Amino acid sequence: MPRYDPAGKPDETCQWRTVWSDLMPENPDTPPSDRSTVRVLLRLWPYVRPVRARLFTAAVIAIVASCLSLVIPLVLKWLVDGPVANGDPGGVWLGALYLLLLGITEAVLFGFRRWLVARPLAAVEARMRADLYGRLQRLPIAFHDRWPSGQLLSRGTTDLMLVRMFLAFPLTFLLVNGVTILAGYVLLLAQDWSLGLVLLTPVIPLVIVSNLFERRYGVVARTSQDQVGDLTTLVEESVLGIRIVKGFGRHRSQAKAFHALAGHLRGTELAKARLLAAIWAVITAVPELAIGTALVLGTVQVADGNLSAGTLVAFLSTALALRWPVESIGFMLAMSKDAATATERYFEAMDAEEEPDTATGTTAHDTSEGVRFEGVTFRYPDAPEEAPPVLDGVDLHIRPGETLALVGGTGSGKTTLTALVPRLHEATTGRILLDGEDIALMEREKLRSLVSMAFEEPTLFSASVGENVLMGAERAGDPELRRALGVAQADGFVDRLPEGTATQVGEQGLSLSGGQRQRLALARAVVGRPRFLVLDDPLSALDVHTEARVEAALREVLRETTALVVAHRPSTVMLADRVALLSQGRIAAVGTHQELLRSSAEYAWLMTGEGKNR
Amino acid sequence: MTDTTLEKKTAPAEPSDPFDRDDLPAAPGATGALLRSLLAPHRTRVVIAALILLGREAALQAGPLLVAYAIDRAVPAFRAGDHGPVIAVALGYLLCAALSGVLQYAFVRGAARINQDALLDLRGRIFRHAQVLSVDFHERYTSGRLISRSTTDVESLRELLQEGLQELIGVVLSFVSISLVLLYLDWGVGAVAVVSFVPLYGLIRLYRRRAGEVYAERSTAIAGVIVKFAETMNGIRPVRAFRRERANDTEFAALNHRHERSNGDALLEMARYVVGSRLVANTAVAGMCLWGAYRVAAGTLELGVLAAAVLYMRRLYDPIDRLGMFLNSYESAAASLAKIAGLLAQEPGVPETRTPEELPTRTGGPGREITFEGVGFAYRTGGEVLPRFDLRIPAGQTVAVVGATGAGKSTLAKLLARFYDPTDGRVLLDGVDLRDLTTPDLRRGVVMVTQEAFLFSGTVAENISIGRPDATRAEIEQAAKAIGAHEFITGLPDGYDTDVRKRGGRISAGQRQLVAFARALLADPAVLILDEATSSLDVPGERAVQRAMDTVLAGRTAVIIAHRLSTVEVADRVLVMEQGRIVEDGHPSTLIEGEGRYASLHQAWRDSLVG
Repeated sequence: MPRYDPAGKPDETCQWRTVWSDLMPENPDTPPSDRSTVRVLLRLWPYVRPVRARLFTAAVIAIVASCLSLVIPLVLKWLVDGPVANGDPGGVWLGALYLLLLGITEAVLFGFRRWLVARPLAAVEARMRADLYGRLQRLPIAFHDRWPSGQLLSRGTTDLMLVRMFLAFPLTFLLVNGVTILAGYVLLLAQDWSLGLVLLTPVIPLVIVSNLFERRYGVVARTSQDQVGDLTTLVEESVLGIRIVKGFGRHRSQAKAFHALAGHLRGTELAKARLLAAIWAVITAVPELAIGTALVLGTVQVADGNLSAGTLVAFLSTALALRWPVESIGFMLAMSKDAATATERYFEAMDAEEEPDTATGTTAHDTSEGVRFEGVTFRYPDAPEEAPPVLDGVDLHIRPGETLALVGGTGSGKTTLTALVPRLHEATTGRILLDGEDIALMEREKLRSLVSMAFEEPTLFSASVGENVLMGAERAGDPELRRALGVAQADGFVDRLPEGTATQVGEQGLSLSGGQRQRLALARAVVGRPRFLVLDDPLSALDVHTEARVEAALREVLRETTALVVAHRPSTVMLADRVALLSQGRIAAVGTHQELLRSSAEYAWLMTGEGKNR
Repeated sequence: MTDTTLEKKTAPAEPSDPFDRDDLPAAPGATGALLRSLLAPHRTRVVIAALILLGREAALQAGPLLVAYAIDRAVPAFRAGDHGPVIAVALGYLLCAALSGVLQYAFVRGAARINQDALLDLRGRIFRHAQVLSVDFHERYTSGRLISRSTTDVESLRELLQEGLQELIGVVLSFVSISLVLLYLDWGVGAVAVVSFVPLYGLIRLYRRRAGEVYAERSTAIAGVIVKFAETMNGIRPVRAFRRERANDTEFAALNHRHERSNGDALLEMARYVVGSRLVANTAVAGMCLWGAYRVAAGTLELGVLAAAVLYMRRLYDPIDRLGMFLNSYESAAASLAKIAGLLAQEPGVPETRTPEELPTRTGGPGREITFEGVGFAYRTGGEVLPRFDLRIPAGQTVAVVGATGAGKSTLAKLLARFYDPTDGRVLLDGVDLRDLTTPDLRRGVVMVTQEAFLFSGTVAENISIGRPDATRAEIEQAAKAIGAHEFITGLPDGYDTDVRKRGGRISAGQRQLVAFARALLADPAVLILDEATSSLDVPGERAVQRAMDTVLAGRTAVIIAHRLSTVEVADRVLVMEQGRIVEDGHPSTLIEGEGRYASLHQAWRDSLVG
């Protein structure tokens, strides 16, 4: 069950509201952590698995290295009680040599451990990111409608960095330090069991405090990460909507909204710091107290002659060597908790249902039947119960080779209907047949290779003009590219670009005007000579002359294919053989333009703006 | 240890444009200056935090001294029946433990405050600066990079400030204090410690240099990943429809791999540093033990002093790893800060005036007069160019600008809305240069509605009220009604309170244009620019907008850019543009009667309406 549901919490991503309705502190009521940190982190196993050998070896090496540092005090004890006490210079040299050898071994092992995990950890992070990217690309469009891309992005970047850091340190060192502490205690107890017991007493309060801390920290960590996601969304929107922000001189209120969100994040981070400060204080002070007690008791024992001075030195040296492993537990727990919430957020996106594949693998019918909609209804999966469906029983037949124009009022569901054909959305009930084959039973890959689309909003990607257009074809070369550019009347302006078809466009390239982008999107739709063509108001941004030329060229293309064209105006309708009128979720009438002008008041009104009054 | 960085880096060919390389120039020293300016306001608190840390360090470092005291003084005293020294040791340790806990708490909280305030400041600076930069800049810089700057790059500064500051102060303090204590206990042991700092310093310098390069590369690499990620998610529909998933996987893998490599390189640099510094440290410890033990054996040093010295030695080099962590976060933060400094060094293409002028108060209609005086314009990136021209639009006039795509219509509009400043000449509003107007004045004066109607997260009502944040619900609804948007809005699940993100993809392009229109109406500007603002509307929608415009535009100055000449019919005057020049100028009816371009355009349009 994904926990973060942006759709369920509209307040969270809404920066305008935060400014304009009284700057209420946000309260993303994150439910308390109901799963243990360990269980969440266990989900990382599939990614860790390939590098488990190296990670394990690294952990073993770290344990050995840590144990070496515990041996050093023993050598010291031997040095103090033996050669030093006896005044044996040769023994002193030997002791120092042992120390040096131990030191060199420790250093090499430390480095070796890091070398072992460096590449694998970077690889784990990269693999998780690639998986997330691949997965998100394949999730239903409805998912993307709900999730702001900033939230997705923060999962793919900052969250994964937290996971990598967890694998690099806490994962190994919680284990290593645990073993070190355990071994250290064994040594301490072996040296002097009563003093050892004194040092054991703080363990119980520390465990209790850590437990308490972990639970409370988890909640705050989650809030903080979600707020980072919101901040990301706001930054992204502020760039995507920069023309509006500037056009209305709203950069101050945008900055205010940003400041409010960033301020909330600061508050959360400070709350995190309060918790951290408390646990650190406890973890620093309590062991210190125990060591102090041991020192006093030890001194008394040495004075009574029950203990050698060398043993006390070694004992305290061991105890102090254990201080860092104990102290580090605090921030390692914090890092683990951060990583656990990051993992949770990561898997929220990963766990979203991919579009189910209902392909049966039946062979294609050879019959040419065009496109048939049979009783198609559609409602958005997250639409309220009482809302009427967007499409409510659409029956429509586009004959093979025919071009059908789809006309309907603003918001009547035309775009939704076109999105059903390449299964960007799935029809709720009813069937859509391409040449007699139910698209729900086809592989999406195959379906989308048969159907080509031009969207209302022409999106170009960061690539060259040529690459952008040729996206629409499996195997196509320069001749096809030229032809498609010609159809879209884009060859003229493309040739005038600095590097012609090799010019980079899209987010990272030259920005083109709306009309230019629309023509490239159209070229992309027609370049592969698709069997079925779906065009959503493809000429809206063109001037009259260009529109006329594009139409003339497009007619040639439409002759060879079965096409559905969403039309807002008579000029676009003229491309079509017949027209279907979409009204209140149904096909209200089908006929030629002239027929419908006469028979349908609504159609006449949509085409001329006259007649039927609202 | 194998040296993996010797392998050739598989970086793509470096383009020469700083934008493409994601490497905007900043003045030398700008990175350091940025960091200083972030911390400067918190100078006092930094000092206090350092003092607290000093106290904590003193409390922690007192331990071994107490051990020495206990062995050399308390043991004999206790044997002699004097319990005083033992009690003193007990009290001393108790005090130190309590103090270290309390000071630790105070420090973490104090440091977090400094840290968070600095981050808030930095985030705010990035955001505000980005908002001031021109549209032109954003088209080249991309939202992905800006996101990268304000998230991952800020994050690396957070790491530096959160852990790094403590590490650095702690490391320096313990190096200094322990060295001093060692020198005090025994000059020979202390000298070994001090000498060992020389190779350590060399190691640190070497590490800094190498890690600096790796981190700069890593920061660029992650920005590349983010740009691709954001682009894909924002264009998910065409990605799916054109089966780009696999091709994208491949492209993303390349970017991701570049990041993975630099990430691994960074970790390896760290490994190298750890080995080197540990070697130096452990050798030094052995040397110190040798010296100390020799002296005790010779009877010139007390046993307790050696014990204390040995305990301190172990501690002396404990922070080495932490120093490594600090250097790590420092280099990573330095690389990020350099990129941020580069962004902040960008001059706004359209700077805010320093000597604002007031618009004259007008009597009569709300409209104002527009004058283009010897205006010429060329994009920095090349592309569309306007040769020098003059144009006067009297107050209250509605002017339609027509012409083929790329004729310069949008550029004209953007100059008027001051998205750009002209390369030559001036644009005047009621005789005042647009460059001399404050932003609020300018936006009360001129508002532009564009074809791309972007909706922000939030409700429909909030999106409309961007036009005038203090508008009441009644005013918002009135604007929506005037433009014919009220009907569809009330049909949404929560009416005006519908969250557009919830249904964002489902408000059609035409409906979004209506919202954008309502937004502009609400802003109530003296000059309204409509750039293809009705392109996605159907005929009735367009008619409704036209009817609304009859009342809305009354008295206002308006510039309408439209392909569809129906919108132009309300105009008092038509300008025909061709390749950046105004080639025809006149009343629509006069132009239609002539034989010029407008007449033919008009004829073509009439033909397109034939039904």
